Amino acid sequence: MSKDNQILEEFTSKEYEHGWSVDFEADEAPAGLNEEIIHWISAKKEEPKWLLEWRLKAFRTWQSMVEPEWANVHYPKVDFQSLIYYSAPKQKSKPKSLDEVDPELLQIYERLGISLNEQKKLQGIAVDAVLDSVSVGTTFKDTLSKLGIIFCSFSEAVKDHPELVKKYLGSVVPMTDNYYAALNSAVFSDGSFCYIPKGVRCPMELSTYFRINAANTGQFERTLIVAEDESYVSYLEGCTAPQRDENQLHAAVVEIYAAKDAEVKYSTVQNWFPGDKDGKGGIYNFVTKRGICAGDNSKISWTQVETGSAVTWKYPSCILKGDNSVGEFYSVAVTNNYQQADTGTKMIHIGKNTKSRIVSKGISAGKSQNSYRGQVQVMKRAQNARNFSQCDSLLMGDRCGAHTFPYIDIQNPSAKVEHEATTSKIGEDQIFYCNQRGIDTEDAVALIVNGYAKEVLNQLPMEFAVEAQKLLALTLEGSVG
Amino acid sequence: MLSIKNLHASIEGTPILKGINLEIKPGEVHAIMGPNGSGKSTLASVLAGREEYEVTEGEVTFNGKDLLDLNPEDRAREGVFLAFQYPVEIPGVSTTNFLRTAVNQVREYRGQEQLDAVKFLSLMKEKMKLVEIDQKLMSRALNEGFSGGEKKRNEIFQMAMLEPTLSILDETDSGLDIDALRIVSNGVNQLKSPDNATIVVTHYQRLLDYIVPDFVHVLYKGRIVKSGSKELALDLEEKGYDWIKEDVDGASV
Ligand SMILES: Nc1ncnc2c1ncn2[C@@H]1O[C@H](COP(=O)(O)OP(=O)(O)OP(=O)(O)O)[C@@H](O)[C@H]1O
Ligand SMILES: [Mg+2]
Repeated sequence: MSKDNQILEEFTSKEYEHGWSVDFEADEAPAGLNEEIIHWISAKKEEPKWLLEWRLKAFRTWQSMVEPEWANVHYPKVDFQSLIYYSAPKQKSKPKSLDEVDPELLQIYERLGISLNEQKKLQGIAVDAVLDSVSVGTTFKDTLSKLGIIFCSFSEAVKDHPELVKKYLGSVVPMTDNYYAALNSAVFSDGSFCYIPKGVRCPMELSTYFRINAANTGQFERTLIVAEDESYVSYLEGCTAPQRDENQLHAAVVEIYAAKDAEVKYSTVQNWFPGDKDGKGGIYNFVTKRGICAGDNSKISWTQVETGSAVTWKYPSCILKGDNSVGEFYSVAVTNNYQQADTGTKMIHIGKNTKSRIVSKGISAGKSQNSYRGQVQVMKRAQNARNFSQCDSLLMGDRCGAHTFPYIDIQNPSAKVEHEATTSKIGEDQIFYCNQRGIDTEDAVALIVNGYAKEVLNQLPMEFAVEAQKLLALTLEGSVG
Repeated sequence: MLSIKNLHASIEGTPILKGINLEIKPGEVHAIMGPNGSGKSTLASVLAGREEYEVTEGEVTFNGKDLLDLNPEDRAREGVFLAFQYPVEIPGVSTTNFLRTAVNQVREYRGQEQLDAVKFLSLMKEKMKLVEIDQKLMSRALNEGFSGGEKKRNEIFQMAMLEPTLSILDETDSGLDIDALRIVSNGVNQLKSPDNATIVVTHYQRLLDYIVPDFVHVLYKGRIVKSGSKELALDLEEKGYDWIKEDVDGASV
């Protein structure tokens, strides 16, 4: 075995930092999935009838669908009947403000480094935190509401802004879209809702923090972001889960709607438990994220840093319907040990002069498999559509895999579509060069990997970029020795 | 300072160094010359700790420590610096960022305080003057797209930043234009002190006009086959290596 491989061989994962869980009394649905459970969830959340009907319709659709198998991932089938579809930390009564939120819950988030306490606020970032199935609290609500911005849990939105929810829910990701989206539509428990009125630039980053705590629970959150004409918002999402032996399911749906001249920047740093270094446990992350640039000159930009999950199945996409609209996808996906990721994007050009840009950086270590799957579709009336795709893969060691599956479908001859792909290995000579300057191997790998991912990391808001850099280093820690 | 005794090293089973002996004292400059493929870069790599090379025999002590026992980063922190013949590129990592990581790790090892951004930048400014390196290169990705000469200049700049006690310059002169050769050599000379030593690997006398060696060694087939004063380099410039090769090859038959 060459030194290179030997070094990389030793690249075993460090303990997952967020692998603790907290015991507190939870309000749980019985395990299993049937119409009764859906009634139960809907009743628990005191939902209006139309939403219950919507869920039931989704459930019936889901029952008629089959689990997709085309992705380049392999895992034992999920037993949907053994899962718990709703788990809420028990609180004495519904909290009216953050001060009333159970301090133990707040402590969970404190441990994660997410402060919900407005006094110790994350500078300029409003946070909505979702634990297991329900939203724990939203900071900065007052500041935002003065501007007419609505940023709250999905359940609250259903209660306080039913007309908006009804109008946009399922408008970007129809309940029938795919297997996991249908499942989510049937059983989604909570999530974040964000509405930016016409002409408003949201003055702070809006952030949601998802955390799975309870065992055997599926997390199905639903995020809906609506940006009206000429508005702007930057939205962030972070995720962690405790370390458990069994696999947990996360099947979220994110919908983004951008009206005329609106811009939405959506960033995720995903750090779900990836399973241990032997491939035991970890989150199945089957997520549907889609945005529509409905109005002319609108823009949606997805940035994702994927370091966690045992299996990832995720394709944040843009429907470029408005003329001159722009879709962007920036992704860093790291896999180590036995992780599998099949992730990428879809850019669907419908309007004239629409532009899309895809920058995907895969990093594979250990025995992991990392696939990029991207589709660029240019419809008939999309005159002068432009796409640029750059897909790079970085391999550490020779037991991992990197795969690229680009699909291009062009129905308008004026389209210009460029695709570039590279595969490289972390060079032993690069590491040696760093060593020779006094930098130890671990830091050398972090430097090289962060350099490689820089174009994507640069898209993240400052604080998150720093976090993401640390996370990348942490994920790969010990993998070169 | 550096003592190499009967050093043998091989790569992938092929012996390259076959018994090197060399003593270097503080303040000295040693030039190592020799035909292509004779093992000069190999010697430099072995001293720096490149792990593809297997040391099969011999010992190396550096300031009283067993150098071969240290990992590459600790050798660097102890004061061994190698200016590479072919510096590598690291995309996305700026020279500034790279050097800040390096300088602070070295300082930590040496028990010196960490440099904050301000102190670090002013140190950079000072050292940049030494080799007249362009500020613009500092914010670009390390060596990426640098011209051959820029890469070499950057190596010496890094040497200035890290303040080594033993510097090994592997063909730093190749790729430098005439003015750059003078500037870089001046930089190296200014960094010289009674406490540190330099090994210059080169094929040409013109570098040795600037960096004047105390000793010149000829490496051939993995051995130092001739050592002398700076005049030896002039002889080589005039006569080439044939006479030495004949001596060696003749003797070994
Ligand atoms: N992986 C390898 N396998 C076999 N031989 C190798 C390997 N790497 C290097 N060598 C050989 O080792 C010998 C010494 O190489 P080295 O780079 O040390 O020479 P050098 O003296 O620096 O030459 P130059 O003046 O051209 O820079 C060469 O013959 C080279 O081909
Ligand atoms: Mg050489």
